[in-house]
Amino acid sequence: MRSLFAAVMLTGIYSFLGACWMLTLDAPDVAFTEAAVGAGIATILMLGTLALTGRQAKPPAHAPWLPLGVVILTGAALVYGTLDMPRFGDPQAPIQRYPTPSYIERNEREIQVPNAVTAVLASYRGYDTLGETMVVFTAGIGVLLLLGGRRRRRRQDGA
Amino acid sequence: MIRQTVLRVTAKLLIPYMLLFALYVQFHGDYGPGGGFQAGVIFAAGFILYALVFGLQNARRVARPALLEGLIALGVLIYAGTGIATMLLGGNFLDYNALNPEHPSQGQHLGILLVELGVGITVAAVMISIFFAFAGRERSS
Repeated sequence: MRSLFAAVMLTGIYSFLGACWMLTLDAPDVAFTEAAVGAGIATILMLGTLALTGRQAKPPAHAPWLPLGVVILTGAALVYGTLDMPRFGDPQAPIQRYPTPSYIERNEREIQVPNAVTAVLASYRGYDTLGETMVVFTAGIGVLLLLGGRRRRRRQDGA
Repeated sequence: MIRQTVLRVTAKLLIPYMLLFALYVQFHGDYGPGGGFQAGVIFAAGFILYALVFGLQNARRVARPALLEGLIALGVLIYAGTGIATMLLGGNFLDYNALNPEHPSQGQHLGILLVELGVGITVAAVMISIFFAFAGRERSS
């Protein structure tokens, strides 16, 4: 498939399906993010890039066998990795034993916020969220510096 | 796309509710799903829809780039400032109990609200800025 437009649309649809999986796994916080960022904003940004570059991919110079082999190997390794994972919803799985229950118990005493996810993100893991905000901040500043919205606007004003 | 009646009318109907829903997700994050990041992204999506339908120039007039640059920094400042405030009140950095020592859980609620507000402002401003930066470039020939 050489049509990049179709590829972008498929990525968006895949993100939206991912959001639906998150929702069926009772993770609406993540589903929100996936639907808004993955299916919405990322798709729009990729479409904007397509408008600047072109809709068709160049035909590849080599036969696709090497990339295909790498992809199949990686996929097989990932599937092999899932064999070691605990059964879905297993109460004895490490993630269910530590530290999640302690957060849920302590939230009732210490923070008393009905949504335990918010309590963990904003209070118990406040440093991490500050770091994530700094990452978003840095990404925004970086894009503004690279794509230079500011400088060009001045030139337009001066002209 | 402003000449497309269906798109224009639908967008006009949807955008206020998107922005309202973003505010709901922002300030109801303690009780329901969501929080600052999700709210910021939904808010930005509303602006992006506006820019797609009514043109980049009109959207830039609403969200001026200088204002957005200020908001990007303001969100991080609110977040870090909450941490500094808890330090000045005698707690650790981002220890919201210090905001209200008699009722620690209310201090936590206030701290979470402020911090999520900071996250929301930064995320919304960054997303809108990145979209403007991408969409405002002309095709290099």
